[in-house]
Amino acid sequence: MKNPTQNVNLSRRAFVINGALVMGFAMLPGIPRAFADTEVDTLGTTILAPDLPGSLRATPYLDAWIRIDAKDGITVYTGKVELGTGVKTALLQIAAERLEVSPGLIRFLTADTALTPNEGYTAGSHTIVDSGTALFNAAAQVRQLLLESAARQWQRSIDSLTTRDAVIYDTQGRSMTYAQAVVGVQLHRFASANSPFKPAGSFTLIGKSLPRLDIPAKVSGGAAYVQDMRLPDMLHARVIRPPRRGSQLLEIDEAALRQLPGEVKLVRNGSYLAVVATDEWLAVKAMREGYAKARWTEGNPLPDSTHIHQLLTELPARRYPVSAKGDLPQPLPRAYKARVTKQYLMHGSIGPSCAVAWFKDGTLTVWTHTQGVYPLRAGIAEMVGLPVAQVRCIHAEGSGCYGHNGADDAAADAALIAMAIPGKPIRVQWMREQENLWEPYSSAMLAEVEAGLDDSGRLRDWKYELWSTPHNERIVNAGRLLPAWLLANPFTPAPSVPIAQPEGDGDRNAVPLYEIPNLKVDMNFVLTMPFRTSAMRSLGAHINIFAIESTVDELAARATIDPVQFRLNHLSDPRARAVVERVAAEFRWPHKATGPGSGIGFAFARYKNIMGYCAIAVQLHVQRQTGQVMIDRVVAAVDVGQIVSPDGLLNQIQGGIVQSASWTLYERILYDASGMHSFDWSGYPIMRFPDLPQQVEVHMIDQPDQPFLGAAEIVQGPMAAALGNAINDATGKRLLDLPLARRGWQDALGS
Amino acid sequence: MITLDINGKTHELDIADDMPLLYALRNQVGLNGAKYGCGLGQCGACTVLVNDKPVFSCLTPCGALAGKSVRTVESLGSVDQPGPLQKAFIDEQAAQCGYCIAGMIVRAQALLEANPHPDDETIRRHMAPNLCRCGTHVRIFAAIKSVVAQGGKV
Amino acid sequence: MKRKTIIGAVLAIGVAGLGFAFWMMWRPEIATVSQHLNADRETLDRGRRVVEAGDCAVCHTRPGGAYMAGGLPLVTPFGTLFTTNITPDPQSGIGQWSLDAFERAMREGIARDGHFLYPAFPYVHYRKLSDADIADAYAFLMSVDPIKYTAPENHMVFPMNFRPLVSFWNLLFLHGDPLEPLPNRSAQWNRGRYLVEGAGHCSSCHSPLNLIGGEKGSELFNGGVVDGWTAPALHGMTEAQHPWNEAQLVAYLTGEVAEGHGAAAGPMLPVSLSIAQLPAEDAHAIAQYILDLKKTSSDAPSPPCTSGVKPSATALRGAALFEGACASCHGRAAPMRVIESRPALANTSAVRADSPRNLIQTILQGIPMSSAASSHYMPAFAHNLDDTHVAALAEYLRNESCANRPWTDLDKTIKSIRAQEQQP
Repeated sequence: MKNPTQNVNLSRRAFVINGALVMGFAMLPGIPRAFADTEVDTLGTTILAPDLPGSLRATPYLDAWIRIDAKDGITVYTGKVELGTGVKTALLQIAAERLEVSPGLIRFLTADTALTPNEGYTAGSHTIVDSGTALFNAAAQVRQLLLESAARQWQRSIDSLTTRDAVIYDTQGRSMTYAQAVVGVQLHRFASANSPFKPAGSFTLIGKSLPRLDIPAKVSGGAAYVQDMRLPDMLHARVIRPPRRGSQLLEIDEAALRQLPGEVKLVRNGSYLAVVATDEWLAVKAMREGYAKARWTEGNPLPDSTHIHQLLTELPARRYPVSAKGDLPQPLPRAYKARVTKQYLMHGSIGPSCAVAWFKDGTLTVWTHTQGVYPLRAGIAEMVGLPVAQVRCIHAEGSGCYGHNGADDAAADAALIAMAIPGKPIRVQWMREQENLWEPYSSAMLAEVEAGLDDSGRLRDWKYELWSTPHNERIVNAGRLLPAWLLANPFTPAPSVPIAQPEGDGDRNAVPLYEIPNLKVDMNFVLTMPFRTSAMRSLGAHINIFAIESTVDELAARATIDPVQFRLNHLSDPRARAVVERVAAEFRWPHKATGPGSGIGFAFARYKNIMGYCAIAVQLHVQRQTGQVMIDRVVAAVDVGQIVSPDGLLNQIQGGIVQSASWTLYERILYDASGMHSFDWSGYPIMRFPDLPQQVEVHMIDQPDQPFLGAAEIVQGPMAAALGNAINDATGKRLLDLPLARRGWQDALGS
Repeated sequence: MITLDINGKTHELDIADDMPLLYALRNQVGLNGAKYGCGLGQCGACTVLVNDKPVFSCLTPCGALAGKSVRTVESLGSVDQPGPLQKAFIDEQAAQCGYCIAGMIVRAQALLEANPHPDDETIRRHMAPNLCRCGTHVRIFAAIKSVVAQGGKV
Repeated sequence: MKRKTIIGAVLAIGVAGLGFAFWMMWRPEIATVSQHLNADRETLDRGRRVVEAGDCAVCHTRPGGAYMAGGLPLVTPFGTLFTTNITPDPQSGIGQWSLDAFERAMREGIARDGHFLYPAFPYVHYRKLSDADIADAYAFLMSVDPIKYTAPENHMVFPMNFRPLVSFWNLLFLHGDPLEPLPNRSAQWNRGRYLVEGAGHCSSCHSPLNLIGGEKGSELFNGGVVDGWTAPALHGMTEAQHPWNEAQLVAYLTGEVAEGHGAAAGPMLPVSLSIAQLPAEDAHAIAQYILDLKKTSSDAPSPPCTSGVKPSATALRGAALFEGACASCHGRAAPMRVIESRPALANTSAVRADSPRNLIQTILQGIPMSSAASSHYMPAFAHNLDDTHVAALAEYLRNESCANRPWTDLDKTIKSIRAQEQQP
């Protein structure tokens, strides 16, 4: 019974090998560092088995992941959720591969606090790393236990047994289903650190593009989202929010609401208001009436948007040293200096947040498109005063969220209203303007960089300082749920704590991967702001990579070295070099398009310096007089370790390219003292079809047998930086204030 | 009582004139395809065909639909028998979260019914009213193009 | 003898006539140039200002097309014209035009090769520009990215497809010299006059046109109809029932929402976006000059609007349509009203106007969305609402705003606008 085993501690290995360097910087003597929970940590859970791979560390029992019985067959559980990236299908592929059954034989359940493991948040490109790794190992170990069971019963050696479609065969033609074999096997046991080895070359599912399970229903009107849920006697609710943060309800004309046709109920608790009706349209009309008839106090003032970055440097902040090494002369000789800014952005889900809640027989059940059912459950339980055991949060898909949007708050709304109207399922749907006005934004940020070369044209000195408000106001207490602020007995948000390196918060990817002998990176974590900010795809990496890669281009120009070569001169990681070289070759860098206003730009980053690698080259042209930026061609190369679903990965990278282009060229939240003007798509325009890149090519470098590294967010920073560098090439103008193609930007180009 | 002709079937609904078609489709008729996205005619998630033209159902009062035919994405095919555009979207895996997709398909349907051979520029301009936040545009465009390449028959 | 005399006379008249016709209808080609001087930045900035003031890009850039490369269809009563490429591309654009050729086109409507340009190109106004402005505009256009693009062929009806006939039109309408400032008026007023009557060519739309498409000189600024939209009279705006002040007009002219009036839509929208590119003092100058245009007609002013208390049955249907189609933006507590301080529709120019035309057009066509910057977008309702619904909605809004002067021509106006939109 010799089974070849390998250490398939995928995520952990990645962390140890690559994280050690970065952690090393952070732990240099004399640099105190407050370590916080990571964004994706299993909040509220304990690490029970630190030597196990992926999410098995927090949920080590095999039967938490896989159960097999005669009635339901094989059921696989994940604590992660489908956010629209296709991970549900990819996770199923991994489980099916390692159980060696066809995916169709698996009943696959995603996050539900009553059923599935607690895997914290589905965020940070961690799903395949955490849950995929756990399933990769748990499924193989379960199959091994089933084989051992059959071998015992048949008195055969395991090596002589084969499996096909959940049936075990021996060489004499005997067979036994997994459900038969599981009898007498105790799956309620800790996973072991080592799993049976299966070479990547023999994979039949991992590495194949299994069509996504959810798409057929989504293209034909099947019920696919929490928005589509219809429970018996369900009531429809709409919330009525204050005009701005800090406003208190003075009065509301309840009589006016009673005059509406049909039955309308007003839920009121302090400054918290909602209307509930039997019909959704009636609820909308009651909400409109409520907005017209409610009077509020003025609320908190909004800052002057034109000086927001100056304000960031003046507000109370905690200073976090991020990385330091070598010796930086002061001042830096012949340094290139830049001041880079980013505006507030919004997630901008196409479907505003929605939730259904039902308080029945003492238990509150909430169907929600949250990214983390367990943390949400704890927050809601605290808010409504129920024991955690009497609150169940079940994930149901929503519109793509791209981070911490209104999902949790809408679930809290549904919970509050359901508690006020026991026995009836309550569906709450936010309006577009409510999503835009009340979702947590991605922080406005400021980065200052100073960098210099040595005489041979190599990077020698790097000083980087950034200012940001929090990127991780996830639900760690009831006070992190917006509706809880409005109650007669309001809750206060837990203090803000940044996500520690190497994941990083505002400082994600603030440390260049390039070899630089003398370096200092600091973050000013701004604690008070008029806008609630939280996680949005890539957190600070968007501006940090933009700032680093703009600076690298400028220094390459000073050194009169081609920017791609300059990057290669400072990269030793062969996988980093491979994506850079692949893009350069496919793009035919520095081949430049002819035609007026055209330019090319290059950028590279490894996400969080420990996850996926991404290089991008962009060719665009700028209409100097109108400022229109037309993206002609995008060539990207990515390395995310072992690829689970090539088409799923491709879809993510293509999407990230378009989304990042929209953020980088157009997006900013508009506000002034009179209010927040980006309450709809007119005031917050995003990319539409006519501005779509003409051509997008993605090259995927597979790494069989290597750890999963995650994919969804790796492209946001590099795409932004490649656009900035290409515009610089096209116009001779180095743009450092995001968004780049804001109204009137072309005035800076001259006529 | 309002009479609506939806996907070839007549529905007698006890609703007010002012109810936008979107709410009637979702709540009274029980269809999921048309989605609430903005209620402002800015994103296209709710797009349906009224007399073969793409409209925002969130801004179309039911009282304005007497004698008109309404078609939703459900009329174009099913999971088992997808219509040409639906099939193309599945083949291209042209969805991420998919919330915008039904509206995208309906708007593309309107284009191809009127013009089976649109050029790239026409497709881009025609699809401009519909937003996608996941950035799936590249695939949506490819799916529409693949139907055009097969003769544009929808 | 007598017979010979007659023949001779006829011949002489014929020759003279031919000669006259030749003189009328023939213009020489101006030699091509291949090199342009690189203008300095100041010249280009000045030139750009002239070009924006002249709304050149409004017509010479088609939707989705390259800047100044032409191709926009202009529908006229005499057929459809496509605007030309005025980028410096040598073959398809004006790259081979000398300054002389450009100036002749601007002042006389003659292309470099000598053919007559149709007066949809407002050379009757551009001829009022100063030499310096024309030279600056030329320098700017020559600095634009050259684009190879040739617009589709024009579709003009006979006999207007014979371009030399334009010479007779020119005889009637082409006159006047570069504007000189009036010494007794302020510099700002003079600047406004220069912009309004010269580059801005405001009267092209805001005056009635006669049968052959010329502005009726006697009714200058009395308002007109362009692309099916009312271009309101520019006289007496300060004395109107709902008067305009300078701040409101400047906001309107620069693409913002004018308090108590609304925002530019239809053909005025791109014009306002062009004016928004000009220095603020230009918008103020235009506003000052326009607000100084005194009322010309002696007609008794319309009685003040009063809102109705009892809506008609139609208006009640319109109220329901409003709740379902309009209220998410225009309802009294909608964010657009509350946060943006936008007026109730009852308080907008479109609803208070004597003609329902602009309200109907706005309902049917909406206001386009911009993807790169925020905009006053409104969706088009042409396919959601049919004529009776548009009429009911208009009747409801008019009743809310001006019930004492109901619109009487709603159905007819809606039908005529729809018919016009059906045209290719």
